[in-house]
Amino acid sequence: MDPYNYLYLAALLFTIGAVGVVVRRNAIVVFMCIELMLNAGNLTLVTFSRINGDLNGQVVAFFTMVVAACEVVVGLAIIVAIYRSRRSASIDDASLLKR
Amino acid sequence: MVTASSLVYLIGLPLFGAAFLLLIGRKADKWGHIFATAMSAGSFILGLLHFFEMSSRATEDRAITQTLFTWIEVGSFKVDAALLLDQLSICFVLLISGVGTLIHIYSISYMAHDENRRRFFAYLNLFIAAMLLLVLGNSYLNLYVGWEGVGLASYLLIGFWNKKPAYATASKKAFVMNRIGDMGLSFAIMIAFATMGTVLFEGVKESVDRVGTPTLTAIGIMLLIAATGKSAQFPLQAWLGDAMAGPTPVSALIHAATMVTAGVYLIVRSNFIFDAAPTAQLLVVIVGAITLIFGAIIGMAKDDIKKALAASTMSQIGYMIVGAGLGPAGYAFAIMHLLTHGFFKAGMFLGAGSVMHGMNDEVNMRKYGGLRKVMPITFVTFGLGYLAIIGVPPFAGFYSKDEIIATAFNSGGAQGIILGSVTLLGAVITAFYMTRVMVLTFTSKARWDEGVHPHESPVLMWLPMAILAIGSVTAGYLFTQGDALVSWLAPLFAKKEEYDELMPHSVVTVLAITAVIIGVTAALMKYQFKSVDAIAPSDVSLATRLARNDLGQDLFNEAIFMRPGQALTQGLVIVDEKVIDGAVHGIGSMAVGSGATLRRTQSGYVRSYAALILVGALVLLAAIWVVTQ
Repeated sequence: MDPYNYLYLAALLFTIGAVGVVVRRNAIVVFMCIELMLNAGNLTLVTFSRINGDLNGQVVAFFTMVVAACEVVVGLAIIVAIYRSRRSASIDDASLLKR
Repeated sequence: MVTASSLVYLIGLPLFGAAFLLLIGRKADKWGHIFATAMSAGSFILGLLHFFEMSSRATEDRAITQTLFTWIEVGSFKVDAALLLDQLSICFVLLISGVGTLIHIYSISYMAHDENRRRFFAYLNLFIAAMLLLVLGNSYLNLYVGWEGVGLASYLLIGFWNKKPAYATASKKAFVMNRIGDMGLSFAIMIAFATMGTVLFEGVKESVDRVGTPTLTAIGIMLLIAATGKSAQFPLQAWLGDAMAGPTPVSALIHAATMVTAGVYLIVRSNFIFDAAPTAQLLVVIVGAITLIFGAIIGMAKDDIKKALAASTMSQIGYMIVGAGLGPAGYAFAIMHLLTHGFFKAGMFLGAGSVMHGMNDEVNMRKYGGLRKVMPITFVTFGLGYLAIIGVPPFAGFYSKDEIIATAFNSGGAQGIILGSVTLLGAVITAFYMTRVMVLTFTSKARWDEGVHPHESPVLMWLPMAILAIGSVTAGYLFTQGDALVSWLAPLFAKKEEYDELMPHSVVTVLAITAVIIGVTAALMKYQFKSVDAIAPSDVSLATRLARNDLGQDLFNEAIFMRPGQALTQGLVIVDEKVIDGAVHGIGSMAVGSGATLRRTQSGYVRSYAALILVGALVLLAAIWVVTQ
């Protein structure tokens, strides 16, 4: 199969993730969309690694996964904390930085 | 006996007195005046020792120098703080410290009831120190320090009673007008340094041949401006009348005997420059002649005794300036008139102070009259000064003024005739206004206010007056005896050119005495033999009204300098507020405005930030794509 198809898939996933981040209000969904973008990036890295025949891209993909895992831990913790204090997981409610 | 290394103490003693009395504060209130007087007297005694020492030496080694320290050393330019005592400066040292000490003694009594007497004496000492530095400096720069110092002392003393706003204003006026003259002096120093590379009197004298006449003329004119400021000469004369706001001993010491003659000293000291710059010299004569008449005319109309004497000072300094502007023939006579004037004018000012002391500080001569009987000592001492100033032989002023008139007549050509006539006319007017002062104060009928009980002043006051009166009687004779002063000063000046005596000395003497008789007679007719109103008559001629208002000198200054100056500053304020502040505020409000606009993008919604990041990333990608394409 043509490896470039993975790139198209990655671009599609990234776009879905980006649009999701911008249009959805639920913090959990937004979070999932971010994960989607990260993994789209991973897919791209792995694909290029395959195309170019070296392992650098795959190594970087591992790093990304580690970072993403950490981010999920911290991010979910924040979302849970916010949900507990305000009974809402809508990110538009958390707009206090304006002032 | 005394060596050059003691020169510094001439200045050091009074300077120490001033610093000590100002620093120690109220603790010295009880004895501060005696301390200051002792410092001044010490300076005078040291000066006397130096004088005897100097006169025992041969003419060519009379000048002595003491170098104190290197003041400025930049590249090839080096100025030492050094003192020079020569035949000219010793005259001044004796005059300043001698008359100064007498006035210290006088002030002990005169200022006895002033709570700030100690401060007054500290300022007097400061003045003596600064004035001595002025005449002892061996370079224009050292002279400049003293020049500014006397300006400061004059300012402090004119405004000594600065609780009255008018007095404070008078001191400011004197200070500001003096600044204009000081600027002339600093320009002269700068030109001398730029063209000659030195500011030493000796160095400048040697360099006179090297630089062109235009440079010398420029320096001369700048020095003349300096002299007009300090010596209250036309056109910077307006401050002297107001300077009478100061206590009377100050008027006697600073604004009659010493400081105001600094301009004459400056011109005589710079004789080598003026000798080589005829244009500047001519200007000196013109300034002197104008002021001599100007002051005399004002003197005729003033009812305030101190202002009348101040106008007379202005006029007499005009004589000195004329003498100094006549070149080698006149320098010595200018100095002679300066010294005799120091005696008789200081004596008369002290006399005026004594009269004011007895009359509850009244200065209006129309409220005086008949004081001859109640204040006999003041009358006699003042009278001797009066005879000296109008030039009655054999009193001091007769000798010195006569010489100037004769030199003026003999300066040759039309200039000589004009100058001679002006100085002679000045003598007539001098006789008139001084007789007027004398008659109004002492010999006419009493016109005292009720409750005034005039009385003779205490001994501490009349003793200095008496000593000065003796000086007014004898000084002229002593100075001219065997040409004493002229030959004493001669080594400092270029050789007198031999000239034909257009006007023999005896003719001038007759003319001068006639002038005095005319003036005195006119004044006697007007004031002695007619009753004098206690209130100045208002239906007087335009000329009198003009003279009462100082010939419009203040109006002139206000119209030409003050109001345009105020308009300029107001214009600058507007420029400052609108343009400069506008720019500053504009930048500020621009920052605030742009911040307010940008703030709207900070909605606080995470999604919009994310969208912006996305857009930014896309734009970046598009840019990279465009560039690499």
